[in-house]
Formats: sequence, structure tokens, C-alpha cells
Amino acid sequence: MAKGKFVGRSVPRLEDRPLLTGQGRFAGDISFPGQWHMRVVRSPVAHGLLKTIDAKAALALPGVHAVWTHADIADIPPIGFRLTGLVELEAYRQTALAQRYVRYVGEPVAAVFAADPYVAEDAADLVEINIEPLPVILDAAGPPGPFDEHHDTETSVIEKKSGDIDAAFRAAKMVVALDLEIGRHSGVPMETRGAIARYDEANDVLEMHGAAKVPHWNRDRLALMLGRHPDKVQLYEGHVGGGFGIRGEMYPEDVLVCAAALKFKRPIKWIEDRREHLIAANHSRQQRHKIMAAIDKDGRILGIDNEFFHDNGAYMRTHAATVPDLAAAMLPGPYRVPAYRARGHIRLTNKTPCGTYRAPGRYESTFVRERLIDAIAAKTGIDAIEIRRRNLIDQSAMPYSLGFSTLGTDIVYDSGDYAKLMDRLLEAADWQGMRQALAHRRAAGERVGAGFAMFVEKSGLGPFDKVRIEVSSRGTIEVITGVASIGQGVETAMAQICAETLGVDYTGINVVHGQTDRIDKGMGAFASRVTVMCGEATRMAAAKLRDAALTAAAELMQTSVELLDLIDGEIVRKGGPGPSMRLAELAATKAEGLTAEAEFKSSHMVYPYGAHVVQIKLDTETGAVAIERYLVAFDIGKAVNPMLVEGQIVGGLAQGLGGALFEEFTYTDSGDPLAVTFADYLMPTAREIPAIETFVSEDAPSPLNTYGFKGAGEGGITPVGAAIASAIDDALQRPGAVTQLPVTPWRIKAMLRAE
Amino acid sequence: MSQKAAITLNINGRGYPIEVEPRRTLADAIREDCGQTGTHIGCEHGICGACTVIVNGDPVRSCLMFAIQADGKKIRTVEGLAQGDKLHPMQQAFMDHHGLQCGFCTPGFLMLAVGVLEREPDISDKNLIDVLSSNLCRCTGYQNIIKAVRAAAKEMQKG
Repeated sequence: MAKGKFVGRSVPRLEDRPLLTGQGRFAGDISFPGQWHMRVVRSPVAHGLLKTIDAKAALALPGVHAVWTHADIADIPPIGFRLTGLVELEAYRQTALAQRYVRYVGEPVAAVFAADPYVAEDAADLVEINIEPLPVILDAAGPPGPFDEHHDTETSVIEKKSGDIDAAFRAAKMVVALDLEIGRHSGVPMETRGAIARYDEANDVLEMHGAAKVPHWNRDRLALMLGRHPDKVQLYEGHVGGGFGIRGEMYPEDVLVCAAALKFKRPIKWIEDRREHLIAANHSRQQRHKIMAAIDKDGRILGIDNEFFHDNGAYMRTHAATVPDLAAAMLPGPYRVPAYRARGHIRLTNKTPCGTYRAPGRYESTFVRERLIDAIAAKTGIDAIEIRRRNLIDQSAMPYSLGFSTLGTDIVYDSGDYAKLMDRLLEAADWQGMRQALAHRRAAGERVGAGFAMFVEKSGLGPFDKVRIEVSSRGTIEVITGVASIGQGVETAMAQICAETLGVDYTGINVVHGQTDRIDKGMGAFASRVTVMCGEATRMAAAKLRDAALTAAAELMQTSVELLDLIDGEIVRKGGPGPSMRLAELAATKAEGLTAEAEFKSSHMVYPYGAHVVQIKLDTETGAVAIERYLVAFDIGKAVNPMLVEGQIVGGLAQGLGGALFEEFTYTDSGDPLAVTFADYLMPTAREIPAIETFVSEDAPSPLNTYGFKGAGEGGITPVGAAIASAIDDALQRPGAVTQLPVTPWRIKAMLRAE
Repeated sequence: MSQKAAITLNINGRGYPIEVEPRRTLADAIREDCGQTGTHIGCEHGICGACTVIVNGDPVRSCLMFAIQADGKKIRTVEGLAQGDKLHPMQQAFMDHHGLQCGFCTPGFLMLAVGVLEREPDISDKNLIDVLSSNLCRCTGYQNIIKAVRAAAKEMQKG
């Protein structure tokens, strides 16, 4: 598709100016007169019976107004499921404050309300909690134990199947089996969580500020939990300091501030500190996979059988079975797998509860699958690239159904030319030349290697998005959506699409998001869905508005609508001079301005795909991995703003390197968290991230929306663990050496010692 | 807690007479007592650098300094970078090079980079990356931040 005037161009972001000048409005920046501050008292014990809570000393401190325990909110139900909410998981939901048991260090046990945040924190330290410790469960792949009197820690087993798996293994020439682990890590946005609730008594409306990601769902759910009509609960998203899956889900603290604002009729402000964030906000990723492939003599996959254990921490939170379900469903990736069976044990442990993290399930299963492909190459003696080539799904097979579903949609790859993308990346990297040069360096004693990994992503989850565009009688243009902005550039991208279709400049468009009182419904920002779903809805609404504007103008200008065009905000006669009028002037002729609304519905996701190449060098003294070169190829169908797409890729990649090499939430044997500050939880800095070579292609536009958009938010991160593992194997010249992420320096040192 | 002390914070050339407990961090005082919320708090531990401000010419983690220690010193925050509507070359470069996404770490990076370049305009690439690695960003993967700071360094030298 040709570049438009706006769509396809790297125009500057509309978001930037307030963020650059210190005028952003993040959760911590929002305050109301007379507000109280909430501080959460958290369990210091990983598993135990909650015997008594003594708040006398805390309440005696000047400035402390109240201390809540579960008894104060006993009528509020546990937090429900937003996605993949299997019925059998409901027994494992979390209440806003612990009731009889505590099940992880960091679990909210009590809440202190005080006039000042320093005093609230002092008081929280004075709350005495008496807990009778119970044995802890920390290994999700070990034997399950009791959750309560009626349930054990194996909450559910999910299964995905296609073809005849037993026949595949009977027919196999060879079988390859691996046991692989992915470490516990998470999104860790730079802004911690925050929520400010305020009860507007005059209008009987409960407001919550600091919302993110899914304001409408949270609004409806909070209304249900607090027994209010949804119109009497409004959520407001300000600036959001990073999303990545973790931020904006409904957490115990959101419920507490809202309930307290209603009870005390005071604004209640809660801002999380970093230690709390690292032990209380969703973790992710931790899984162990026992996978087997049946292959023929040429290395073609006949079947894959995978049993895996998903560690969801202490409770089932809003994502319920989403992450393990996606891991199981997306594991086949770009390869033909004629017979497939995945069984995922969803287990609880006495660790922080889990949710999604950018590329949920796919970061994990891409690591597992690409390790498997490399193992097939090692077993057959056939080059790993050739093994991939033999097993890739051919472009002629598109659309390609996997025969099972996830997130309520059948998985049907909508379009893709996987082999073409692979060849293009290998050529860009000069793969053969790179391999030869590395072999020479290894011969000279250096520990250097190259890694390759492929992936299929998913994006554009429906079922709908709705957009209303209003040109006011004063000429301002608003695009009102139910999506959210988590820093990814929603305002700019939607303005570009609206501008392109409507015929105005994108800088004059105000994109409204995350305000539940501005539009009745919305799905929010997750699953790389916004550009696909909201983008198409915006295009549809803009097209309607343009038609309506031209029709109204034709009447005023006493001409026929076919003769008119809308260019740069001006309604003009096609192909020549003549009378014209500004869109703003037209809107001013109507008291109610000009409005159009559209809803885009989609029951299928769209599937971008890509590959990564990485070249690394091991430091045998320190065990550190230096990235010498990193290349990414990613086909997203159609890029709205290539600069933003590249930003998404590089940013995701940096997070992927974190999870592959540094970041891990570790625990002692008694379940005490060891990564509780940024000194323990090591995120990549400017020194660890190399210059990234990106190759964004538009070979396979999605047939499921007009522009052919696919989501660009996750392909930067998905195969990083897989590619790094492959490169480390190569540097060590030991196929299959890496079986566990992250490959921290001490794990590298252990591998070197094992030689 | 303990008695409040009367101090004056000089932020971007304006004096803010405030009363603070000795334990109040400079970051909290700037944000809550002086209303300058452009300075962000990311870890309160001196590691992420989101709260970086310039105190008497040096980039400082305002979460690791008590407000009382900054009494009478010259503090510069992100709000003081632009001249009216005209962005500081560092701000402009971050916009031009897409050096920000969510924008939460951005004020800290801007103040860190401005503070260092004012002191050492000819800083080498290696040292520049060393300096920038003292702050954390979770969105951008740093490459565009490095590009922006290099571009701004050239602009700032032109003066």
C-alpha cells in the first residue's frame, strides 16, 4: 500500500510536549484537598494462618484515621477474572485483604489511612500481625499441596490438541526430548502503581483516578463489587508510566481506595513504593516445560507433545488462565505440526501472584519451541536453518488454522510469508559470513556465537472497538475512544489515521482515551490490539464523518457531493478553483457540531511474525554476555508510524534481554523474596543494550482490516530468550547447553566450569 | 515525628519558603510542598534516577537528599528547561529522536544529560553511555535516548 499523507509516515508524537516539559499528569501528580493517604500492611510470611491483627499502637499515632482489616470489607467479593476465566479457578481468587490465610510475602493484610503518607507508613510499621506459619510450596512442578481445606494447588489442567499424537510418535524415526525452564520476571514499569479515589457526594459518583489499560472493564467490575450502578462509578486515566501487561489490571489496592472513599467520604490516595511493586504487583513467565518432538529421518516434525507447569504464584488474578493458555496455544509458531498435544498444569505457589507480561505465553513457548528446533538440528546433524526451512508453514497454506482456540478466538494465521522473511534477515545479517567469522574467532580462543529464532505473534484481539469523532462548532476535532494509552503513542497513531481519512492535519486532533464518562464502552489497551481494532474503528468513523461533512457542505454550497473534496481541513471543489469552506466553518453552522460514530467488530486475531539474529561474546572471567550485534525482522502488515514501530521493537527487545540475561524474582527456601529493590532486580541499562538493526516489512497485510494492520507491540520481545540461548550454545559449541532463562553470569560460569 | 524546620528551596530561580520534617526527601518537597510534579519518583532508592534534578550544577538523585540539605541551594528541575514555548535543545532532541515513550523517566534523563553536558560538553561516547547507564528507562531500549543526547550535545555547543 502506498504511503499516505499521514499513515505510513514517521511524524512526531503529539504526546511528547507535556511529557518533556514536566507537565505530565501521572497518578502521583493527582491530589485532592483533604485527601487521606493509604498505606498497605503486607504479610511478612509466605504462608500461614492469620491469627490476630493488633492496630492499637497504629491508631494511637497522631494523624492516623483508621486501620482496616478483612472484617471491614467482608461484604466485598474477591476480584474476578477479565480473561480466560475458567470456573474451576474461582476458588483461588484474591480478596482485597487477607482473610484467614496469608499466601505470599507482600499480601495485603491491613490498610492504614492517615492524613500524611509519612505518618501512614509509620503507622503501618506499628500494626502487629500474628501469623502461624505453614509449610511453603515454591516449586510448581513438584507435588501439589493444600490451598485450603477443599482445594489443592493444582488449580486446573488446560489442554490443546490437534491430529493424532500417538500415531505421530509411533511413526517417528527419532524423538527429541527437552526439559526447559523460564524464570520469573515481569514488566516493572518505571511508574509504580497508584490509585486515587474520590466520592463526589453531590452527584453520588465514585471517581477513581490513576486508571490504566482497561478502565471500562475495571469500572464495571468495581461497580459490581461495591454494589453501585456503573454510571455511578467513573474511571480516569492520566499519563501512565509504562504498561507491559502488569499495570492497570484490577488489584486489591484499587478496591481498597474505592471502598474507603465511599466509607470515609474523603479522597483516598495510594501510591505504591518500589519494594511493594516488586513483591505485590503481578509477576509473570515462570514455567517448566517437558517437551518431546517426533521427527522423521529428514528432521520434519510429525508431532509435538508438551507437558508444562505454570507457576501462577499465590492466587488467580484477573488474567486467570490467560498466560498458560497462550503458551499452549501459540507454541507451534511458524512451523507445521501435524499432531500436537499440550497439557498445562496451572499451579499455585507461595509467591507473588502472576499475570501477563508483554508477549505473555509466547516469550515462554517461543523459547521452548526454538530450543526444540535447535535440538532437532543437533540430533539429525542437519543445519538448524535448514530444519526451520523444512518445517515452515508455506505462504500458500494461508490462512492457516491450528485447530484450536485461545482468548475465545480460533487460531487462524491470517497471512504470512515466513520463508521470505527468514531469507531476508539471513541475508541482512550475512549469516554465512557471520558464522564463518565467528568460527575463526573461536579457533583463536574467543567464546563467540550466533543465535537465530523465529516466532509468530498474535495481536488485534476483539471483540470490538468503538470510536466517536466530534468536530465541535468551535472547530476542535476530538477522537473519543475506549482504548487506553500506556506510553505507546496511541494519540499520535489514531490522529494519523483520522487525519488521513478525514482530510485534516493530524496535529489538530485531540484523541481522548481512558475516560469512562466520555464513551459508554471500551476494551482498553492490551494484546497489541489498539492499532488494529481502534485504528480500524477510527478509520470507519472518520470516513462516515467525511461523508456527512461533504453532504452538509454540498447543501450549503448548492453543489453536488460528488464534486467536493476535503483537503487539509478545507472543503473544496474537486480539480479546480471555486468556492470553498473550512470544516470548522461548516461545523459552526450546526449547533451540535458534526459527529460520527463507528464500531469495528472482529472475532479473529491477526498474526504478525518475525525473526531475530544475535551475535554474542562470552566473558569467561565474569560470565557476562556481551551483545555484539542484534537484528530483528518483523512483518506487521502495515505500519502507521514507522518511528513508533521501531521504538516498540527496540524497547521490547531491551526487556527481552532483561528476561534472558538478568531479571529474576528469586526466593529463599522459606519463600522470602530476594529481589525487592532495583539493586537486586537487575534491569538492562544503556550499557547493556546495543544498537539494534530493525527490518520492518509489510509483505503480509492482514485481510481482516482495511489497512492490513497487525500489532507491533510484542515482536521485539518474543524470541529474545530463544535467540540468546541459541547464541550461547553456539559460543560454547554445546548444543542444548542452555535449558533455563535467565542465563545469568553465574549460570554461564557454571556451564564453563562443567567443560 | 520531629519538629519541622523552615527552609527555602530555590527552584528554577524562584524561592519556595516551606516547613519540612528533617526526614522529608528533596523529591517529596519539590513535588508536594513546591508543587513541581515534573520530577518523578521511581524507586526512592537512588537507583533508577527518575528523580534526578540539578543542585548547584550537579545532577543529584533528589530521593537520596533531604530537603533540608538543599536549603538555599540552586535547584533546577525539568520545569525550568524550556524558555517559554521554546524547548531546550535536549527536550527538542528527545522529541526529534523519539527518545521517550511513556515519559515517566524522561525528566530524570533530561536533567542528567543537561547537567553532564553543561559540565563536560566534549564528553566521549563511551563516557556518555556510562553516564546514561545510571538512569533506568523501561520503554525505549535506550538507543533513541543516546541518539537524542548526542544530537543535543552538538546543538548545545553551538550555544
